[in-house]
Amino acid sequence: MKRHARFATAAVGVAALATVAGCSSGSSNTPTASAVPTLTGDCAQYQAYAGHSGSTVTMFGSILSPESDSLNKSWADFQKCTGITIQYTGSNTFESDLPVKVNGGNAPNLAIIPQPGLLQQMVATGTVKKPPAGTVANEANWNDAWKGYGSVDGTFYAAPMSANMKTLVWYSPKYFADNGFKVPTTWAEMMTLSAQMASKMTGPAKPWCGGIGSGTASGWPATDWLEEVVLGTYGGQVYDDWISHKVKFSDPQIQTAMQTVASWLQNPAWVNGGYGNVATIATTTFQDAGLPILKNECGMLQQASFYEAQWPKGTKVGPDGDVFAFKLPAVDPSITNPVEGGGEFVTAFADDPATQAVQNYLSSPQWADSRIKVAPGWVSANEKVDQTLYTDPIDQLSAKYLADPTATFRFDASDAMPAAVGSGAEWKAMVDWFGSGKSIKDVAAEIDAAWPTS
Amino acid sequence: MTTAYVALASSTLGQAASTLFGVVEAVGGFIAILLIVFFVAGRVTGRLQRPIAIVICLGPALFLVTLGLIIPAITTINNSLRNQQFLGQLKTKYIGFKNYTYAFTDPYTQQTIIRTVLWLLIVPAMAVFVGLLVALLVDRMRYASIPKTMVFLPTAISFVGASVIWSYVYNYKAPSLPQTGLLSQVVMKLGWSNPPNWLITVPLNTFLEMIIMIWIQAGFAMVILGAALKGIPDEIIESARLDGASGIKLFRTVQIPMIRTTLVVVVTTVMITTLKVFDIVFTINNGNFSTDVLARQMYADMFVTNQVSRGSALAVILFLAVTPLIYYNVRTLRREREIR
Repeated sequence: MKRHARFATAAVGVAALATVAGCSSGSSNTPTASAVPTLTGDCAQYQAYAGHSGSTVTMFGSILSPESDSLNKSWADFQKCTGITIQYTGSNTFESDLPVKVNGGNAPNLAIIPQPGLLQQMVATGTVKKPPAGTVANEANWNDAWKGYGSVDGTFYAAPMSANMKTLVWYSPKYFADNGFKVPTTWAEMMTLSAQMASKMTGPAKPWCGGIGSGTASGWPATDWLEEVVLGTYGGQVYDDWISHKVKFSDPQIQTAMQTVASWLQNPAWVNGGYGNVATIATTTFQDAGLPILKNECGMLQQASFYEAQWPKGTKVGPDGDVFAFKLPAVDPSITNPVEGGGEFVTAFADDPATQAVQNYLSSPQWADSRIKVAPGWVSANEKVDQTLYTDPIDQLSAKYLADPTATFRFDASDAMPAAVGSGAEWKAMVDWFGSGKSIKDVAAEIDAAWPTS
Repeated sequence: MTTAYVALASSTLGQAASTLFGVVEAVGGFIAILLIVFFVAGRVTGRLQRPIAIVICLGPALFLVTLGLIIPAITTINNSLRNQQFLGQLKTKYIGFKNYTYAFTDPYTQQTIIRTVLWLLIVPAMAVFVGLLVALLVDRMRYASIPKTMVFLPTAISFVGASVIWSYVYNYKAPSLPQTGLLSQVVMKLGWSNPPNWLITVPLNTFLEMIIMIWIQAGFAMVILGAALKGIPDEIIESARLDGASGIKLFRTVQIPMIRTTLVVVVTTVMITTLKVFDIVFTINNGNFSTDVLARQMYADMFVTNQVSRGSALAVILFLAVTPLIYYNVRTLRREREIR
């Protein structure tokens, strides 16, 4: 969720401003043509979306420049051929802005919502429109789990857009090769490797590093750690019941999972590489967490695919580069291919034909292909996407697991839990757990107590 | 690719231009309406003149107060009695005072309230103490303006800025590494070889955060109290000295009673600021590690975790807590005006 780069303030030329100041932009949808025109040549592929030339579709999301520039480029041809203008606005306080906009009767036509929990809230306001048939048909190209996260109470509302892979461990292939370490393929191997590393390392160097500081969202990386372990130990069913609070944090299963996390990332002999003791995990920012890997002061970092953007310029990412990632193995080998991820959902607050045309286009594999071609660092979980288009090694790795129909895919649990827990109590409790060494029992009790009752 | 760029740039420009245009339009329109109203009012004579003048003078203020203060207050109180979980939620219902019961029974919120009370007691007392001390000490000094400026400067710094500065002072690094935090370095030089990680050590961190507030508020207290001290007529001090009062006795029995009203105003003003403290706690560590206070928890409930009704209840509690202070403040000022 926290992958979007900070807002790059657009420098506005005064002269240019003067020239466009005259025309104020009307953003209403004005479908004009009654007869659908026939698109030819390169535009023929957009025939299905034709007939709404001159309409404007407003879109609101948390994606900021430069990633939003890539989005705009990805649908440039679509706009040119169909005559539909997509007006995208990004905000770094999207999660609190959207409810205010919707509540104030100022909802965008489409919103790109990164949390299923927020989607549920929006549906509960009665303003979300059901998707058109084309989008519903396209949905079949995703793993069933994705459809579930885009649905509320069994009704499908929003098709997924991008996806990111959280079940990754970053490491330095060079450092591994120099010391004869092997990339682990099972949890047991990973634990053995950690112990082996710890005995070899000196000074501030430790096998693992971590950081959960992230401003108002401090704590979220630790929720991911717990989620990985819950999913990798018990599989999808327990994970789902955990999200719906049928399985509480105080449940013995979740308690055991927390023990596993504690013996892994709260082990004083194993963390916090390059930074100091266990408590420094609570105060280190997630952006800084993995940097000691480059100095050989940290062996491994569990963090999502979007961490790729944090490596300094010039860092070579790849199987034989400075850093690369391997898939975090399942705690219990009998759980097949657990994959935790995140993503966004295209939610409609309008049901005019132009908005629905955009919705249909964005849920199609054609659009995903077009976006992949624009710039790396973007992955779709759409199984119809041409896998050969990915150029970046991390994208390739993520896509391989995200679009794998056999994977046990689950969405980031804290994003699917009610905000009071998923963006509140759980974050706070994780910070306390790592920072002040609160007991597992107390941490769980604190989170359970915050679960909304009515 | 270039065309896409151009299209993108022009759409961003278009948005910026229309926003700017909108702002100019709104401000211009507002001024135009005011001018027309004033013009019309100026022409009215006779029986209607007085009532129209009253309406025109009071109208805008009343309108804005209603729009910006009274309506939100009513909405907030209304929300605090419902079970609304997020903005725009349908089918919410009244649940009486449950949110208030929750606020006073939930262990986390209880701690928040206790901590806010601690802030309320310690910060104004310390700020006034430090301010008064400096005012007295430098009163007759030769270069009094230098220490006074030094103490007053922090008042001009925003809370967020001050918090960032102090978070560097409190920065923690493992003792074996080169230190970047001033506090750690100082105490290590003094022989404490293994200082704690200041900002995550409970309850020390709360007090360290209070110091930031005291640092900001002491200058304000010093200036106002210093002026009040200077305002005491010299004859009174002289006759007190002739009667044998000096030092602490003079201070306690003559100076303090003479500046009592000013003291009350300063204490209540600092108290109100302290009760609303948000920026410092938010910036230093977002209320984590047992440092949360009422205003920050209210913000988080309202806008981060979307528990609108719970947050509203906290807002009302905060409002009710400030009210007596404001009442007392106004009453003191009014009484003083009567004396004069």
